Amino acid sequence: MSSVDPTLNQEIMNSIVARYPRKRSAIMPLLHYVQSVAGYVTNSGIENIAEMLEIATAEVSAVATFYTQYKFNPIGEYHVGVCTNTLCAVMGGDAIFSALKEHLGIENDGVTADGKVSLEHIECNAACDYAPVVMANWEFYDNQTVESAKSLVDGARAGNPPAPTRGPNHLVTYKQASAVLAGLNDGLAGEGVQAGSPTLLGLNLARKMEGK
Amino acid sequence: MTTQETAVAVELITVVIDGFEVSVPKGTLVIRAAEKLGIQIPRFCDHPLLDPVGACRQCLVDIEINGRAFPKPQASCTIPVEPNMIVKTQLTSAVADKAQKGVMELLLGNHPLDCPVCDKGGECPLQNQAMSNGNPEARLGGVKRTFEKPINISSQVLLDRERCVLCARCTRFSEQIASDPFITLNHRGALQQVGIYENDPFKSYFSGNTIQICPVGALTGASYRFRARPFDLVSTPSACEHCASGCDMRTDVRRGKTLRRLAGDDPAVSEEWNCDKGRWAFKYITSQNRLTQPLVRNSDGELVAASWPEALAAAAAGLVGKRAGVIVGGRPTLEDAYGYAKFARIALNTNDIDFRARVTSDEEAHFLSSHVVGSTVEYRDIDRADHVLLVAFEPEEESPIVFLRLNKNFKKRGLIVTSVASKASIAMDKLKARFIKVAPGNEAQALAAIELTAKSVILVGERASESAGLLSAAHALAQKTGAKLAWIPRRAGERGALEAGAFSHLLPGGRPVSDSSARVDMAAAWGVSTLPSTPGRSASAMIEAVHSNELDALVIGGVDIADMPQSARTTEALKKAFVVSLEISHSSVTELADVVLPVAAVTEKYGSYINWEGRQRNFAAAVADSLNRSDVRILSVLADAMGQSIMLGTVTAAAREFAQLGKWEGARASHVQVQPGSPVKVSGDQAIITSWRRLLDEGSLQVGEDNLAGTRRPTIAVISPSRAQSIGVSSGDQLRISNAQGSITLAALVEDIHDDAVWLPRNSIGSTPLQTLNAVHGELVTVVKA
Amino acid sequence: MSTLTPILSAHWDDKDSFTLEGYKRHGGYKAAEKALAMDPDAVIQMVKDSGLRGRGGAGFPTGMKWGFIPQGDNKDHYLVVNADESEPGTCKDTPLLMANPHVLIEGCIIACHAIRAKHAFIYIRGEVTHVVRRVNQAIADAYAAGILGNGVDVVLHIGAGAYICGEETALLDSLEGFRGQPRLRPPFPAIAGLYAKPTVVNNVESIASVPAIIANGAEWYQAMGTEKSKGATLYSLSGHVNNPGQFEAPLGITLREILELAGGVRTGHTLKFWTPGGSSTPLFTDAHLDIPLDYEGVAAAGSMLGTKALQIFDETTCVVRAVLRWTEFYKHESCGKCTPCREGTWWLVQILRDLEAGVGTEADLEKLLDLCDNIMGRSFCALGDGATSPITSSIKYFRDEYIAHLTNGGCPFDPVQSTLFVGASK
Repeated sequence: MSSVDPTLNQEIMNSIVARYPRKRSAIMPLLHYVQSVAGYVTNSGIENIAEMLEIATAEVSAVATFYTQYKFNPIGEYHVGVCTNTLCAVMGGDAIFSALKEHLGIENDGVTADGKVSLEHIECNAACDYAPVVMANWEFYDNQTVESAKSLVDGARAGNPPAPTRGPNHLVTYKQASAVLAGLNDGLAGEGVQAGSPTLLGLNLARKMEGK
Repeated sequence: MTTQETAVAVELITVVIDGFEVSVPKGTLVIRAAEKLGIQIPRFCDHPLLDPVGACRQCLVDIEINGRAFPKPQASCTIPVEPNMIVKTQLTSAVADKAQKGVMELLLGNHPLDCPVCDKGGECPLQNQAMSNGNPEARLGGVKRTFEKPINISSQVLLDRERCVLCARCTRFSEQIASDPFITLNHRGALQQVGIYENDPFKSYFSGNTIQICPVGALTGASYRFRARPFDLVSTPSACEHCASGCDMRTDVRRGKTLRRLAGDDPAVSEEWNCDKGRWAFKYITSQNRLTQPLVRNSDGELVAASWPEALAAAAAGLVGKRAGVIVGGRPTLEDAYGYAKFARIALNTNDIDFRARVTSDEEAHFLSSHVVGSTVEYRDIDRADHVLLVAFEPEEESPIVFLRLNKNFKKRGLIVTSVASKASIAMDKLKARFIKVAPGNEAQALAAIELTAKSVILVGERASESAGLLSAAHALAQKTGAKLAWIPRRAGERGALEAGAFSHLLPGGRPVSDSSARVDMAAAWGVSTLPSTPGRSASAMIEAVHSNELDALVIGGVDIADMPQSARTTEALKKAFVVSLEISHSSVTELADVVLPVAAVTEKYGSYINWEGRQRNFAAAVADSLNRSDVRILSVLADAMGQSIMLGTVTAAAREFAQLGKWEGARASHVQVQPGSPVKVSGDQAIITSWRRLLDEGSLQVGEDNLAGTRRPTIAVISPSRAQSIGVSSGDQLRISNAQGSITLAALVEDIHDDAVWLPRNSIGSTPLQTLNAVHGELVTVVKA
Repeated sequence: MSTLTPILSAHWDDKDSFTLEGYKRHGGYKAAEKALAMDPDAVIQMVKDSGLRGRGGAGFPTGMKWGFIPQGDNKDHYLVVNADESEPGTCKDTPLLMANPHVLIEGCIIACHAIRAKHAFIYIRGEVTHVVRRVNQAIADAYAAGILGNGVDVVLHIGAGAYICGEETALLDSLEGFRGQPRLRPPFPAIAGLYAKPTVVNNVESIASVPAIIANGAEWYQAMGTEKSKGATLYSLSGHVNNPGQFEAPLGITLREILELAGGVRTGHTLKFWTPGGSSTPLFTDAHLDIPLDYEGVAAAGSMLGTKALQIFDETTCVVRAVLRWTEFYKHESCGKCTPCREGTWWLVQILRDLEAGVGTEADLEKLLDLCDNIMGRSFCALGDGATSPITSSIKYFRDEYIAHLTNGGCPFDPVQSTLFVGASK
């Protein structure tokens, strides 16, 4: 009995499988791809992947449930993650996260009723020199405040979120971002800054010292 | 052990554990070297038949090598011994002791306090090791991890995630041993949990093993749950009656009732595993349908209860002076089969005796007489084989522990497996077997081209008798290449019956009926002047002989009419002949019999089976006080009643007498080469039928096991993609398979099968081709969309 | 006098630094040309001679790791780049890849040549969409320019949220399509790594450092740094400082020097505690300002250089809150494979939550330390060890503050004072 999910593009999936010497390696990008189509990991997606990779469905769900970026229920078009690991939390992440919960009227892992925004507290996202950090669809929103974070989610709900600090010129949707994470090129790599000022801090100081 | 094996020097390594020296083979893990000294290092994830994982960290010990100590305690279940290694376990190292107690505290921290209602309580490694290697007091307060209490992961296995210590024995067994990765670890961290994918339950033929190796009460069996405490059970070593694999078993009884059966431990045969049928199909013994007293057909034609003397007298009266034959069925113990063999020759003066209550051939009779009886091919030969060829044999369905051994060798050392068959199978997929795809009936021709060596093994299933020339071709291949050739019947008693002489062509010990010195030998042993000299009839021939008035009576032990070819003719014959039936339960045969004599079921008697290897598997009565008696004892008193004593009043007497006879050392029956039949031509909607039995199906020994039945594989009919296309069928559509005798309608599965073939299960609900079509392999049928 | 040595970061201020054109403008891919003309063993020797050590935290000599790969074994070899940067405080590889992905690709080409591999995999964490775009585009551009595909293939593999996949064997399992749980060693990846083939797993910064070494020579590189910690590296300064950011400097620079460059701790505040190399490295205090930040110097002072993630916390920060949050992180990221880490972090969090809330007694501190003792060195991999570092080091330096929570009946700190926007929200 075939487990092909007609909403999934089998050609794209096969091209993902073809990246690897052994096809089981494709399980993670395929799960990202399912999220890019359905917005989350569906059962039909798990079954399709299992059939394509010739492994048991349980082996796919075992992998899928291990990683926190795979979601098993529909989430927001804009998925907002607030870093509440120690450094960001201390620098304001805790305040931002509780303000957003109150502002949106949802809890951790909740979704707004309009389906636009979901909220999650996340762990360190490798941007500590930009703390406090908020991610939306895993794009960087650096040096956030309660106010800037609120305007981010308000913009997202209104359909015009502000652009990421270090990212493309506009914020893509969760599904579109998931396609990028499936390794599909959306052509936006050239947009946005090459580096923010903290990244350049040492370099600029060195140039000044050289200049002296 | 052969001399050749002992000649291979095993490199020994000497290590010191807790001050004691021990020498063990290179590669031995520290935890096992300690066992040699009687030092028990606590453990959970470790299992000698699973790959080391080092996950539970319970077995931490201090180790130094060449005077250099590891900076921290090491998991003794993952580290092989090395020269100059000094190990300090919890007995001599305070660090190791604290490390173990620390891990134990953490394992207990989240463990529920439901030992009083847990099946495992009393035989629980966590409970036991907490007592031996844990702190007496708990100090972790706070909130325990909670999950929904037990969830069914199949109809027969329940999972309590709160009790689980995440040792992953169950998931590793399923993946490494059974190749059924349907249970996995899911989620992660403190929420990591064993589970299934929600739409696919744990339907593995070997799932019960996970319950047995679970070191806590996380996995429990639906059939045993809450039935008993371990200390109320009386355990008896036993052997499995379900197939010819020969599994070592343990039967646990409380107050005369079998409550569970477990896999035993026999490294040479079943290792520590068994299949779910062996584990969970035993209710037939205590079913409502069980015969409790003899029955005799009265003058009104009704079967009525009778006393033993009445019944024996009636049976004797119907048999004395009559032309009678014996059909034994495939499930007797060696001792009972010997009883039938002797009864036929002495009490009935005939060689009309056959254990093959199934589709057979003369070619098979010759093959068994000339090549199988007295032969030995072992599991160990699979371990040493360079290549195993499967012929008319589907190991996972027909001898599951043979499958496990093949799978072990495939996984550990890449054993090459080739299967000559019409249809691909799950097992072939697991074994990455080379699939030589032939039309049903054309197997023999395919064998000639297969290249084997003297290190190869050919495993021929009992279905080979259904394809003319196949057994001859297998024999020829073995002759040509030097490969070992083994015959694997499906039922547990067939090989023993062959050895015991419950067979038309052989007297006990493989003595050919046609060999006069063999007859003289046997006659002397039995103290009779002569023995009948002409080879007897097969079971099917006996049925025909009743119809042609050449036989008057039949003694039938443990036969289901549905297994016989031409079941309608068998029924008619049983109506016509005088029938004495020895049975444990009411059946299609007892219904038609003139005298019914109840006999003991396997748990109520002792005896032995001979498995496919030719290895004797002894077992004791698990239910000691049963009033039921083994067939041989009843045959002995019946023979007495007939005035033809066979002197086999006990199983022990039969066993002793058979052993004393020894194996025939004279000439074997000569080989008879049979040519393959000409290929069947297929056109239009025609297809050639092929079938085999699923492990879990409508078999009579599985009656009443609803939990077990829940894990059956689906009943489907398999056709090839090109046939599916030509008749416009996709998987899931209904297919009608028919011939002049009848028709069967099943859901289609489009799969890898020979284009000319259609496959369906042989004895599943809605699919009994032998009865419905009188065809199981090689015959033409019509296949259309229903 | 402290110096900065921008090598990796030298051209990050070019707007197009991440493009092939931008990279080539400054001699990009010239080192690969040079290396490919060399004998592979000579490349390995050069990297050995440079003294380059793994920049992912462990500091294992990179050239030696390459030298472990068996040669002439007729097996496929693999290079796997660990770009799963997730250790709290660590934020160097992510800006590097965003600003200059080509240097990593060039490093891959050189490393593959040295270890006789045809395939490199870059395992990048999944929570950085734009970095993924940049690396993916760089790979595509390198293929289009014929830089890749002629002997070396690079495959980008994107993670999905699991800190443990930064552990090299967990990363390999994840890359093979399994749950990212660490593997039993031996066998080590050099013998049986990806797909059970000889494999080198290196951090992004390690591989990205190779082109400059090839271009400028081992002597040039090993002239920087200290006796056993050669070369330069990225120090990532974050937290309560006036100017957080990346500082590329020779190994052995001190935090005092970096803080001077960065304009010091947040104005009006004082340094309380800091991590030298991420949350898994035991905490330091203001007593450790002059420790040379190289592998030996930090180890001698009782911590680890790790990823040189200098997280600075001033006196407004409650250490119990900080440690609890890290512990919650370890609980969240524990893979679940082994008992001490999986179960231990479960209980550590509960005890710390109580302590932060002022519930408990001093005996609970001892219980906490004893639990740490039963986790440290008892776990399957270093994650469990890392989980204990903040706890044991914070109790070592700030035991009184823990006790103050108990006597105070709760946390004596005002969290608002620690925030970046404390002034604004007043």
